[in-house]
Amino acid sequence: MGFSAAARLWGPPGLLLTFALHPALCLRAAQTSAPPHRDYCVLGAGPAGLQMAYFLQRAGRDYAVFERAPRPGSFFTHYPRHRKLISINKRHTGKANAEFNLRHDWNSLLSHDPGLLFRHYSRAYFPDAGDMVRYLGDFADRLGLHVLYNTTIAHVTLHKDRQAWNGHYFILTDRKGHAHRCGVLFVATGLSVPNQVDFPGSEYVEGYESVSVDPKDFEGQNVLILGRGNSAFETAENILGVTNFIHMLSRSRVRLSWATHYVGDLRAINNGLLDTYQLKSLDGLLESDLTDLAVVKDREGKFHVTLKFFLEEGNQSADAITLPQDDNDNFAMRVAYDRVIRCLGWNFDFSIFNESLRLSSGGEFSKKYPLVKASYESKGSRGLFVLGTASHSVDYRKSAGGFIHGFRYTVRAVHRLLEHRHHDVAWPSTQHPISQLTSSIVRRVNEASGLYQMFGVLADVVLLKENAAAFEYLEEFPMQMLAQLETITGRKARHGLFVINMEYGRNFSGPDKDVFFYDRSVGHTEDAWQSNFLHPVIYYYRHLPTEQEVRFRPADWALPRPTAIHHIVEDFLTDWTAPVGHILPLRRFLENCLDTDLRSFYAESCFLFALTHQKLPPFCQQGYLRMQGLVGTETLRRHGVESGLLRDYTIVGRRREDQGQGPLSSSRAPGPPVQPLDSNKEEL
Amino acid sequence: MMSFSFNIFRVGISFVMMCVFYKSAVDSLSELSPQKYFSTLQPGKASLAYFCQADSPRTSVFLEELNEAVKPLQDYGISVAKVNCVKEETSRYCGKEKDLVRAYLFRGDILLREFPTDTLFNVNAIVAHVLFALLFNEVKYITTLEDLQNIENALKGKANIAFSYVRAIGTPEHRAVMEAAFVYGTTYQFVLTTETALLESIGTEDIENAHLYFFHCKQVLGLTEQCRRTLMEPPLTTLNIHRFIKTMEAPLLTEVAEDPQQVSTVHLQLGLPLVFIVSQQATYEADRRTAEWVAWRLLGKAGVLLLLRDSLEVDIPLHANVVFRRAEEGVPAEFLVLHDIDLIISRVESNMHIEEIQEDGDEDMGSPDMDIQDDEVAETVYRDRKRRLPLELTVELTEETFNATVVASDSIVLFYAGWQAVSMAFLQSYVDLAIKLKGTSSMLLTRVNCADWPDLCTKQNVTEFPVVKMYKEGKSPVSYPGMLGTEDLLKFIQLNRISCPVNITSVQEAEEYLSGELYKDLISYSSVSVLGLFSPNMTTAKEDFTEAGNYLKGCVITGIYSEDDVLILSHKYAATLPALLLARHKEGEIESIPLANSPAQDIVQIITDALVETFPEITVENLPIYLRLQKPLFILFSDGSINPQYKKAILTLVNEKHLDSLTPCWLNLKNTPVGRGILEAYFDALPPLPLLVMVNLHSGGQVFAFPSDQAITEQNLLLWLKKLEAGLESHITILPAQEWKPPLPAYDFLSMMDAAASHRPTRKDPECAKETDAQENDKKHEDKSAFRKEPIETLRIKHWNRSNLFKEGEKSFKHDNKEL
Repeated sequence: MGFSAAARLWGPPGLLLTFALHPALCLRAAQTSAPPHRDYCVLGAGPAGLQMAYFLQRAGRDYAVFERAPRPGSFFTHYPRHRKLISINKRHTGKANAEFNLRHDWNSLLSHDPGLLFRHYSRAYFPDAGDMVRYLGDFADRLGLHVLYNTTIAHVTLHKDRQAWNGHYFILTDRKGHAHRCGVLFVATGLSVPNQVDFPGSEYVEGYESVSVDPKDFEGQNVLILGRGNSAFETAENILGVTNFIHMLSRSRVRLSWATHYVGDLRAINNGLLDTYQLKSLDGLLESDLTDLAVVKDREGKFHVTLKFFLEEGNQSADAITLPQDDNDNFAMRVAYDRVIRCLGWNFDFSIFNESLRLSSGGEFSKKYPLVKASYESKGSRGLFVLGTASHSVDYRKSAGGFIHGFRYTVRAVHRLLEHRHHDVAWPSTQHPISQLTSSIVRRVNEASGLYQMFGVLADVVLLKENAAAFEYLEEFPMQMLAQLETITGRKARHGLFVINMEYGRNFSGPDKDVFFYDRSVGHTEDAWQSNFLHPVIYYYRHLPTEQEVRFRPADWALPRPTAIHHIVEDFLTDWTAPVGHILPLRRFLENCLDTDLRSFYAESCFLFALTHQKLPPFCQQGYLRMQGLVGTETLRRHGVESGLLRDYTIVGRRREDQGQGPLSSSRAPGPPVQPLDSNKEEL
Repeated sequence: MMSFSFNIFRVGISFVMMCVFYKSAVDSLSELSPQKYFSTLQPGKASLAYFCQADSPRTSVFLEELNEAVKPLQDYGISVAKVNCVKEETSRYCGKEKDLVRAYLFRGDILLREFPTDTLFNVNAIVAHVLFALLFNEVKYITTLEDLQNIENALKGKANIAFSYVRAIGTPEHRAVMEAAFVYGTTYQFVLTTETALLESIGTEDIENAHLYFFHCKQVLGLTEQCRRTLMEPPLTTLNIHRFIKTMEAPLLTEVAEDPQQVSTVHLQLGLPLVFIVSQQATYEADRRTAEWVAWRLLGKAGVLLLLRDSLEVDIPLHANVVFRRAEEGVPAEFLVLHDIDLIISRVESNMHIEEIQEDGDEDMGSPDMDIQDDEVAETVYRDRKRRLPLELTVELTEETFNATVVASDSIVLFYAGWQAVSMAFLQSYVDLAIKLKGTSSMLLTRVNCADWPDLCTKQNVTEFPVVKMYKEGKSPVSYPGMLGTEDLLKFIQLNRISCPVNITSVQEAEEYLSGELYKDLISYSSVSVLGLFSPNMTTAKEDFTEAGNYLKGCVITGIYSEDDVLILSHKYAATLPALLLARHKEGEIESIPLANSPAQDIVQIITDALVETFPEITVENLPIYLRLQKPLFILFSDGSINPQYKKAILTLVNEKHLDSLTPCWLNLKNTPVGRGILEAYFDALPPLPLLVMVNLHSGGQVFAFPSDQAITEQNLLLWLKKLEAGLESHITILPAQEWKPPLPAYDFLSMMDAAASHRPTRKDPECAKETDAQENDKKHEDKSAFRKEPIETLRIKHWNRSNLFKEGEKSFKHDNKEL
C-alpha cells in the first residue's frame, strides 16, 4: 500500500476514488511485493510525454513520467544545433478565438491554462530552442505533472499476468536496478539515434549532432553536406556566408514543404542554399545514393568523393585510388572538400525494449519508426502506445503527427481511447437536435485546430440518432479507426454518420508540383470538389464502414467510398462562414443525406406551417413548438418580403379582397416541396 | 415494363418446361407414344396433345401450326405433344377413324377439353382456345347485355372489369385478350363477347373491329351508379392491352410540385406523354376538377398531373397553364397557354402544333439554382448585413471580463455566434430590447460572441446558439426558456425583478397583491398572480411552493403568505390551507385551489394549467401552448376584435362542455396578419369574415368550415358540432401530410469525382463494382451518364445564375451551348 500513499501525495483528490475502485489491484501489489505499480507509465518528458501526463493528471489517473535528464525537453537543450525552431509561433491572428489561434501556434501544448501558451515564452516567429526548454519546464511545474527526473529506464520487459488490464504488465527497470510495473506504457522517447550511413570513409564525416556551429570554423572552406532535410539546410544556412562553397548531396531530390504541404520537408526558412545555387553562387545540390559513395582523405587532409566500386577494385593508398574524374573529367564533385558533414536525421531507439514487447521497426516508409496501428497502439503488444515524434509512422510525410502541433492532438485521442477502455468514460460528445447540425459543423471547421493540424488523420464524427432527429458530435477521432468507432468510443453509430475531415486537393500536393500554378484557386461552389488548398470535406455513410472497407479503400481516398460526399469550397481566409458560398451548399448536402429540410424559419412561418400542414420542419419542431421560436424584427421582416421568402400578409389580404381570385404571382414562399430526387427513385 | 412482368412469369414456368421437355429440343413438338405421353403428365400442369394416326397426310398443315404454338404455349406453362397412336398401344383418345382425330387438353391427367382440329386452324386459334379453356373461371363469356349488367353490378365497389368484344373465337384479337387475361385475370374480371348486338347496346358503332373497354367499377359505391368506361383505342394486341391496363392502374391524377422535366411516371415508361395542368393555391380546387376531367378524357393516352406552381422551386413561364412533355427522352417540356380543355385533348391526340410561349430571355429554364438562398433567416440577416446595429447598448464580454461582470451585477448574457444567421437575427431583437430598457433596468444586458470565445461558452455549458442566460445574485445561472424575441425576453426580465415567490408580509399587502396594485407595472406581463397561502408551520408545503415559484420564474408572478393571520385570507376566499389563490387580473376573478400535499412539480402543473385560457386569442407566441393539448382547434378568424356576441355564444358552449374535445380559440387578423395565409390555405375563395373553422391538426388534417351564410349563434354552432360529430359535414380541405424534404438537391460531388476519374484512363474505381445495392448502382450510373453528357453546360448554367454581373460576359456561352 506504500506506493498508493505516495500517489496521494501528488495526485488530485479524485485519485482516492480511483483507488477505491481497484482495491484488488492495490492488495495484490502489497501482497506479492511486486515492483511499485502505476496504471500508466510515460517514457520521456518531452512534449508528447508531458502532454499525455497532463491529460492523465486532469483525469485523476495513476501515472508517472520517467525522464533520464534532470529537466523536461532535454532534446531541445541540444537540438536543433543552430537553436532556431522552425515551428511557427504566430502570436497574432486578428482573432480572439483561442481554439482557432492554435491553428497557427505550433509550439504550445494543450492545457486549460492560457498562461501556458508559447507566445508568452517567445516573441520570435521562429523561436529559439532554449525557449522551448523553458516552456516545457514551466509546463511540467505549473501543472504539477509527476515526472521522475534523472531516471534512465535501461530495460523494458513484459510480464504476463491475467489480472493486468492487457494480460501483461510492462516492467521498467532503471539504471539503479529499480523496477516499475505499468499497466499501460506510453513510449514518448522521440527519435534519438542519429541516422548513420555506412560507407568507406564514413569515419571522416562529422555528424550534425557534434559539428561546430561557429561559422568561423568554416571560413574559406569547401564543405560537403550529406542529406537534404531541414537539419542539412539549417547547417548550410549557418555557414553559407563564410564558406567557399557548399555542396549538398542526397539520395533523392529536395522536397519543398510548400509543395508537399508536409512540414517535415524543406522549409522556406532554411532554403537559402537553394537560392544561391540557382543564382550561380558556387553552392550546389547533387543527387546520388550515399551507400554507393566513398570518401577518401588525401595527404593534405582534404576529402575526395569517389565510388565504393572504385575502392573495392584498387589498392587502399589514397593517391592510387581511382576517382570519378579520372574517367570523367567534368565530374561534379571533383574538387577536394575540407569538411564533410552528415545531416541524415534520427532513428527511434529500440535498444531498451525486450523482444517480448515485439516492438518492431519497419513500417511502410522507413526503419526509423516503431510499427503502430492507427490508434497509436503497438502492433506487437496491447497496452503499449507510441506517442509524439516516434509515432509519426501513422502519417509520415502526410500530416503533422511527428510534430508538436500535430501530436498534441493525437495524444489527446489516445487518452480518450484509454479513458473508455479502462475507466468506462465514453468519448466526450455533445448531443444536439438535428436543426443544429449545420451550425455544429460550420463551427468546428472554422475553429477546430486539431482537424486543421492533423488533417487526414483526426476527423470529427457526427453520429445520427434514430430518425435523424438528433445527433452526437465527437471531436478528433483517428479516422483510420473508423470501423472500430463503437468499441473505441463507447458511442453507437446505428443510424448513419458524417465524418468531417480537412483535405488538400487530390493532385495538389507533391514534391514536384507547382503549387503556384495559374488558376489554382477554386471559387465556385459547384467546383468545390476540385479545391486545392486545405478545405473541409464531409463524408456521409449510412452504415459504419467495416475494417475491410477502410483497409481496402481506393488508393487516393482518406476514407472508404461514402454514400455521399461534400467539399466546402476552399477559402483564401480559411473562413468558411459565407452564407451562400459555404453554409448553403453544406446545408443542401446535409438535407439530401438526411432527406429532410434543415432551413431555419421565423416563428411566424412556423405558426403558418403549424396550422396549414400536418408536419413541421425540424427547425420549427425543435424551436417554435418548444416555445423557443425566433420572432425576428420589423427590419428583418421587410428584408424577407423584399427577397420573396416572406409574404406581407397585411397587404396580401387586401389585394386578394380587391382582386378576388386573381392569380398570385409565383412567389418563392417556402413550403415542403416534393424532392426532385424522388422522381429518380421512381424510375428505377 | 412489358418484358419485366412476362419475365417473372417465365421464371415461374421454367421448371415445367424442363420436366416436360427433358428429351426433345425446347421448341419443337415432341412425338410420343400414348403410354409415354401419359407417363409424362404432371398433376396441375396443362398439356395439349394431338392424337393422330401414323402417317396421316391431312394433318400436316395443322401440325405445322401446332409446332408453331409450342413456344407460346410453353411460355404459359403448357406442354404440347403429338401422340402417335400405334396399333400396339391403343388409347381411347386415338380415334378409330381418320376423321375423328382430335386434340385434347389435359390438366394433370384430367381431360379438360377436346378440340376438333378445325377449330385450331392456326397458331392464334390454338393459343386462344387453349388459354380460353384454361381460364374458364377468369374470363366470362357472355352473350347478352343482361349478363354484362349482372357482372357489372356484382363487381361494383369490388373490382374493375376488362370487357372485350372480338369478332370470333380464335382470332388474333381473341388470343391477345386471352394472353392479357392470363396475366391480369386475377386482378380484373375479364369479360368476353362475340355478340355484335351486345357491343351495339353499349353504344359502340364500330362493330367491325375488336374492342376492349375498361369498366371502372371498383370505386363505384352505389348500385345505381354506372361504372365509368374507358375504351382502348389502339388495336388489340398483347402489348397494347398490357400498356392500356398499366395506365388504368396508374393513379388518375398525380399532384406534383417539382420540375416537370424531372417528373417521371409509369406513362413515360410506357411511351405515353405527360400533361401537367398548372395550378396555384388560389384556384387549386377548380384546377383540380379540370385536371380530373382531363385525366378521364386522356386515360390510357397520357398521364395527367397537377403541377402546384406555388410550391414549385423552378420558375415556369408566368402565363403557362399547361405543360406538355413527350415520352421521348431529351425532348424539352413545352409550356403552353391553352384556354380550352378540348385543346389539351386534341393536343395529345394529334400532337397538333401550338405556338410555344417564348420564355423570357433572362429566365433560365435549366435545373433549379442551388445557389439561391432559400433560408428566410439567413437571407434576411444577409440583406441586413450592412446596417450598423447599436451594439454599444449591450456590453460585449470576453473571457477576461465575463466573470467579473456577472458577479458584479445582475446580467442577462446572450451567447451567440457571429456567423450564425439565427443568432444574428436574434441579436437584433436583443438590441431592440436594450433600446427599450435603456436606463430603466437594473439588469445588465451583455453578450458573448462564441465565435471569439469558445472556451468561455463551453465553460458556461453553451454548445449551441443562440442561448440567453440570466446571472443573478451569484446564484447559478438560469437559462431563458422562451421565444427569441424582444417582447418575451422583456417579460422574462421584468418578472425576474421580483423574487419568485415574493414574500408577502401582511393581509393588506396580500390584498394589494391580488388586486394587482402591488406590482401594477408587472401585471401586463403576467395575466395571473399566484398567491400561496400557508400556515406558518407548513414548512414542507411552503418549500414545495417556493420551488415551484422558482421554477416558474420569469413566466408568472408568484407570492407566498404564511403569517399568523393567514386564516383571514383563507376564510375570505374559502380556501382550505394550504391553498393557492389565482388572481386573473383581466377578468378580475380570484380562484382558490387547495394544495394538499402537492409536490413542487404538481404545483407547477396546476399553475401552468391555470395559465391556459378557455377561449384564448391565438397568436404566433402562444399557439405552441395550445397545440400541446393535442386537440382539434376550433378557431374563429376575426378581422379585428372579436364580436362579443360570438364570444358569448362560444363561451356558453364551453361552459356547457360542448367543446371539451376541442381547443376553442380565436384569431385576430389585425394582430396576427399571417392568419390570412392560413385562410388562403383553407379556402379557395375567401368568404367574408368572421370565419369559424375546425382544424383537425393531430389526426387526419381535415379542415371543416362553419357555413358562412349561417349566423354564429349558440344553436347553429351546436347543430354544426353535432353534424361534425356524426360525420355529416364534409371537409373543405385536408392539410398536406407530407414530410419536409430537402427543398433542392445538393451537388453530387461523388459522381463528379467519379466522372473525372473515369476520364482518366489510368485509374478505375474498384469500389463501383462492389456496391451491393443494385438500385444505388443504377442510380449512380444514371447520374454519371447525365453528368457526362453535358458537364460544361450544367456548370455554365450555375455560373450564369450566380450573379447578374456575369450575365453579359457569359451570354455568348449560353447561346453556344443551346446550339449544341
